[in-house]
Amino acid sequence: MSQHYVIVGAGECGARAAMALREQGFAGDVTLVGGESHLPYERPPLSKEGMLAELFAAKTIATAERLAEAGIAFRGGLAVAGIDREGKRLEGADGRVIGYDKLLLATGAAPRRLPGVEGERIVYLRTIEDALRLREALGAGRHLAVIGGGFIGLELAASARLRGAEVTLIEALPRLLSRGVPEAMARQIEARHLAGGVKLVFGDGIAGIASGAESAVVTLASGRRIEADLVLVGIGAVPNVTLAEGAGLAIENGIAVDRHLATGDPDIFAAGDCCSFPLEIYGGRRVRLESWRNAQDQGNLAARNMLGAGEAISSVPWFWSDQYELTLQIAGLSGEGTTVVRRELEDGASILFHLAADGRLVAASGLGVGNAVARDIRLAEMLIGKRARPDVAALGDAGVKLKGLLAAA
Amino acid sequence: MAQWIEACGAGDVDEEDVIRFDHGGRVYAIYRSPEDRYFATDGLCTHEQISLADGLVMDDIIECPKHNGRFNYQTGEAKGAPVCVNLRTYPVKVEDGAVFIEV
Repeated sequence: MSQHYVIVGAGECGARAAMALREQGFAGDVTLVGGESHLPYERPPLSKEGMLAELFAAKTIATAERLAEAGIAFRGGLAVAGIDREGKRLEGADGRVIGYDKLLLATGAAPRRLPGVEGERIVYLRTIEDALRLREALGAGRHLAVIGGGFIGLELAASARLRGAEVTLIEALPRLLSRGVPEAMARQIEARHLAGGVKLVFGDGIAGIASGAESAVVTLASGRRIEADLVLVGIGAVPNVTLAEGAGLAIENGIAVDRHLATGDPDIFAAGDCCSFPLEIYGGRRVRLESWRNAQDQGNLAARNMLGAGEAISSVPWFWSDQYELTLQIAGLSGEGTTVVRRELEDGASILFHLAADGRLVAASGLGVGNAVARDIRLAEMLIGKRARPDVAALGDAGVKLKGLLAAA
Repeated sequence: MAQWIEACGAGDVDEEDVIRFDHGGRVYAIYRSPEDRYFATDGLCTHEQISLADGLVMDDIIECPKHNGRFNYQTGEAKGAPVCVNLRTYPVKVEDGAVFIEV
């Protein structure tokens, strides 16, 4: 009888995994289950060009035709209530049952909520509907309050300013992007936002938000009050683990998987934002990554391993963010480094290389206009993957090509 | 009608590298392979129209700088997600130290 592989979660990771099963020659049945009714779509543009484009159109990852061509059954708008591991079947909230031979959980992550704060004027960004609401509220003469100085908050602050709205961004810590971005680079980004007219508030917590008919009022711990038309909360994301937890799978900052993306159940895998996994290039440290590339890579890897490839996770963490004309790209985990080396590129672009105490390159963070840093960050990513110990002077010298260092590594 | 256009000097493209060439409202990418041969493709990634000349050339692959979409620059073939549409390629000739492409 034909095998049935089911993927729960139709975001970047799940959609990629479904396509990858076919690319790998899987001839059985493939069902892709999405909680949203939309066809799989790209989320990164929601906070960037999706906010700025004249007409909003979500970019589809896989069209209905393409899914049909690949023989992938897409079940959108289906909430999965539980997994019967014994009977190897999914139970839909509507009573429908879907049997599986192998299951991939690509359930993603959801915005972290501000506890006890609800209201019409308080928004989170995860879906097309969220993005559309934000867009409508971000014209000239409007005021957006952003809570949280992470990627989502900053990208939306930039987009809102470019659309003419006033923006006040509130960050509880003393600086922006304190998770994963080197301080020197975060300060450059801060300067760009200040130049762009964003009002920044640091080191103040949220005491409460009142969402009224005409406006919302954010009261800070210091007592300061900020009135806005809309409040965007961007304080991180939490992995969607309810389904896995209910099925008795191990949870450890996400669905805990091994280096093959397998859970404790040999027929259930997890991949993307929802799972934590051991990262061998950093000594097996367990991490969970919320990034587009990770979703792509793990979708592909999960598909191969569902088919028995037995491949270990080998990719290097990689992130990017677009704000105004600037692009930030980061390969690796900068927190693992003890030494920082700066490489100055043309037109004000620069790269910070982080090296561990043993000289191993562990991260590279680049900031510049457009794609000024892309090539070097990509090469740095490969150097990190090779566990290279590049010469410090060469790293700092823009005249020395990283390609040459890679060839020598 | 097809015509040969001078795109750049042969020495303008480093070995195993790529440069951008704009002509007639279109963007092209000119490549020099590790074997010192020249190739030309459309210069924008078919995924999100990013200039491929900011990308990385490795062997016969050009990788887009934004989302790492990969193409074989000698054939234009898309090599997997996130790109699925091939690049157009153009005939190339080198004469008197200049690279010409037929567009």
